[in-house]
Amino acid sequence: MTAIALTAARAGLVSCETCDLLSRPASAAEPGYCPRCGAELAWRRHGSIQTTWALVVAAAICYIPANVLPVLTTNALGSSDSDTIIGGVVFLYTSGSWPLALIVLIASVMVPLGKLVALAYLLIGVQRGRGGNSHERTRLYRMVEFVGRWSMLDVFVDTFTVALVQLQPLMSVEPGAGVLFFAAVVVLTMIAAESFDPRLVWDAAASREGQHA
Amino acid sequence: MRNSKSEQATSLETVACPECDLLQQLPELPPGGKARCARCQHTLAIRGTDPLDRPLALTLAAAIVLIVANTAPLMGLSAVGRQASTTILGGAYQMWVQGQEITALIVAFCSVIAPAVYILFMLAVLLAVRRPPAPQWVGELLRWGNSMLPWSMSEVMILGILVALIKIAELATVEPGIGMYAVGGLVVLFPAIMVSFDSQEVWKRVKWADGRVPPLPGAREEGGAEAGR
Repeated sequence: MTAIALTAARAGLVSCETCDLLSRPASAAEPGYCPRCGAELAWRRHGSIQTTWALVVAAAICYIPANVLPVLTTNALGSSDSDTIIGGVVFLYTSGSWPLALIVLIASVMVPLGKLVALAYLLIGVQRGRGGNSHERTRLYRMVEFVGRWSMLDVFVDTFTVALVQLQPLMSVEPGAGVLFFAAVVVLTMIAAESFDPRLVWDAAASREGQHA
Repeated sequence: MRNSKSEQATSLETVACPECDLLQQLPELPPGGKARCARCQHTLAIRGTDPLDRPLALTLAAAIVLIVANTAPLMGLSAVGRQASTTILGGAYQMWVQGQEITALIVAFCSVIAPAVYILFMLAVLLAVRRPPAPQWVGELLRWGNSMLPWSMSEVMILGILVALIKIAELATVEPGIGMYAVGGLVVLFPAIMVSFDSQEVWKRVKWADGRVPPLPGAREEGGAEAGR
């Protein structure tokens, strides 16, 4: 692509994030409201970079207790046993179901970490105006959006284990504080992915191309 | 006034990609056709063969299955002569009782509230647009319904239930219940609704915020001719 692509923003038009209608904004500073659905118009999502950064940092902080604190405590016949997320993976592996161990490992350890790294990479790229490879970056963003929900897997596993194994006084399972932090990581990264505006990736690329021209 | 009308006519076919903001003209799509952004490959438009009736049927089915999924036991456990079983909300409730209130709320939201709100709002939207022009609140409901989609996690939940089953199978005998099969049904129905549904079909039928009434889909050509005059 040699010519700079004509975006709506460049053409002085704004497309509604709610109903996708393309319209002429009331003014450049205050685009006003969508004539069709009445939603507030914006050139780009408000404070996208700051909001996403804040959520990414908060999620990164929660990621540590999520992995260090136990998620489940099993009480059986007087003895009690605490498991972290990794402990749960090891349990699945040693009990012979390594495919499930792999799924849980990917969904609860690698995906959240990968999401945090990917979002930070996208944010830094946008802030530095590095066009890099916008296609690759967009693909990365879509992967983050698509895969994020699967991290909730461990929270569901813990919930239903706790709910089912309540055979007092013989055996019972209690949730640990790690579950809360883990759920917080998933929720925060999901909101972070939603608050990031993928159009910024292309804007950064276009501004760099503009400088070269 | 005439100016704004012709603007409206052109805005119906020119769109900006929501992911990269590229301006482009949407081609006339055949039923079942799909248009992708020329630059970033984002799906810009899908023309379903039956964009309103089929999702309505699927949403009704999903509503029934959702009720079963939430009332029937998900799985049962028997160990040393004792029986236990749980439902989806029973799981969230147990988390709450055990002192994990926030986690319980997150679980309840992702497993029950978000799918239920999506299905309810979709039913209201799909029924309301059968008589165009639909009032403004239809658009509002559609927006809220769509915002529930990333949070309704039936497919994640069913995998979570399976992993829990296998983990507990080490300790006791477990068996899947009817609720679990119902959740499996939701896993199929949700993507089916999303694939067959086209938000633009709804927006075409909703009264505009600025008071304009959209041209009825059947009489679109007439409207276009009027704008040209």
